[in-house]
Amino acid sequence: MSIEIRNVTKRFGSFLALDDVSLEIPEGSLTAVLGPSGSGKSTLLRIVAGLERPDSGEILLAGEDATRVAPQRRDVGFVFQHYAAFKHMTVRDNVGFALSIRKRPKQEIRERVDELLELVQLQGFADRYPSRLSGGQRQRMALARALAAKPQVLLLDEPFGALDARVRAELRDWLRRLHEEVHVTTVFVTHDQEEAMEVSDRVAVLDHGQLEQVGSPAELYDRPASEFVLRFLGDAFRLGDRFVRPHEIVLDRFPSDGAVEVEVERIVVVGADVRIDLVDGSGERMLARLRRENVDQLELERGEIVWATADQTHRLVPAEPPA
Amino acid sequence: MPRRLALRAVALGYLVVILLAPLAMIFYRTFEHGLEPVWQTLSNHNTIHAFQVTLIATAIAVPLNTVFGVLCALAIVRRRFRGKGLLNAFIDLPLAVSPVVVGLSLFLLYDRTGWFGPWLQGHGIQVLFAMPAIVLATIFVSVPFVAREVIPTLRELGNEQEQAAATLGATRWQRFWRITLPSIRWAVIYGVILTTARCLGEYGAVAVVSGRIEGKTETATTLIDDMIQNFQNGGAYAVAVVLCLIAIVVLVLMTLTKPREETA
Repeated sequence: MSIEIRNVTKRFGSFLALDDVSLEIPEGSLTAVLGPSGSGKSTLLRIVAGLERPDSGEILLAGEDATRVAPQRRDVGFVFQHYAAFKHMTVRDNVGFALSIRKRPKQEIRERVDELLELVQLQGFADRYPSRLSGGQRQRMALARALAAKPQVLLLDEPFGALDARVRAELRDWLRRLHEEVHVTTVFVTHDQEEAMEVSDRVAVLDHGQLEQVGSPAELYDRPASEFVLRFLGDAFRLGDRFVRPHEIVLDRFPSDGAVEVEVERIVVVGADVRIDLVDGSGERMLARLRRENVDQLELERGEIVWATADQTHRLVPAEPPA
Repeated sequence: MPRRLALRAVALGYLVVILLAPLAMIFYRTFEHGLEPVWQTLSNHNTIHAFQVTLIATAIAVPLNTVFGVLCALAIVRRRFRGKGLLNAFIDLPLAVSPVVVGLSLFLLYDRTGWFGPWLQGHGIQVLFAMPAIVLATIFVSVPFVAREVIPTLRELGNEQEQAAATLGATRWQRFWRITLPSIRWAVIYGVILTTARCLGEYGAVAVVSGRIEGKTETATTLIDDMIQNFQNGGAYAVAVVLCLIAIVVLVLMTLTKPREETA
């Protein structure tokens, strides 16, 4: 089921959470909504689910206006950051909830729950209560629960935000594979650019309630539409009149066209790469990431003055004039 | 260690002197002369009737205040509306106002010169000195307990589970019965027990409006008072002990049925 968000605006008191946001999410895609906290990304997801109502604008699900449709009739699965496990029910009853609400026969519910528990690798946990599961297990249970009634759309609100790094990486991987298997239109909200880039095939970047850019992870990284997107997706520095990423900086001992004079402040060897802290004449700091052999060739030392240019094979973003 | 022991001794000592000693005394006095006098009092027609009146008033007040308390708690925690602070404060009114004052206000309201009295009397409905007044007074004094127990539990619960249930297809009604109510059930049960205890023990307001007509509008508590006034101390002790025993049974039942699965 495709999702279309049309000119959605939402205020909470005097706070403008979403400012005229329009976004199309094609059927079967895995889209990340990326933004810092307070950017309105969760609000957007909750509006798609029907848990919030927009002040203006429309939500279309499969081409039909769903703006005023109650959440229980939208056919979406929603996964909350803090799991929202039904604490008074066993794992089996949690996962089977959507089916029991739909008054399916007991046998069918049993089979479907077993199938889902296998999918999320919680086979042995059916009769436990959520309080006896770890965070990662609870979130997998919540995913199984959201998938039980075969929703047309799966929405995940910072699903891995409350988990530790190792479990998070595991679940990311798992979500990616799940999407390949189940192919349900999936939207997940995150503030972690790495997570967004790694898991999704499309990323929508939000800032201060406004949509900054939508595209594939590579498009966003290589051709950011704004300074905000550029900086949010990874380190970026101003080199002369352009922005540049650390791995795009080239150092040389002699000046060339457009080269900027910089001083080497620090050299740190990180495996096959070398990180070099640089500062230009105006005090602007930057970080260069060079191959070790290049640095060895240059015989670079701390405190030396060298010339920095940007690797021309990488795209650069014209910087706005400094304010 | 000595400090911890001292703390324990003070806490226990306080409970013994303030709570247990009076209770023990009444049990002692009741059974001082064996079971025969106790049985005589309890099998008396007026005593049985007084307990019936108390139980009927309780049986009406508890369900009404349970439903009202849960609805109030839901409104106060989940909704935004004008006058919410006022509602929140009003729920506590019966705790703040002396029961005697409650009784007096009811008396004035349903008396011949009150706002409701003339109309009701015109339609042949006797409120004062009859069952309706006893029930009204009992309801009034036992309003706060369910709401006061449920409000903090609802706050702590949040509404994420209900939102999750909504996205899973549950209607508002299904969300209440399958998510909200099971989640607050212990608070509701605890509130019901406190309400029941308050109803059974109500004296002040009922004493003013019931008229205390022996065998008609006497309740268990007013009966105790009347017996003492008439120097029937043994009878008063027996009735008091039965009230105590009912309270103890209720408390024990609550302890036995405490939740296990969630605390594990």
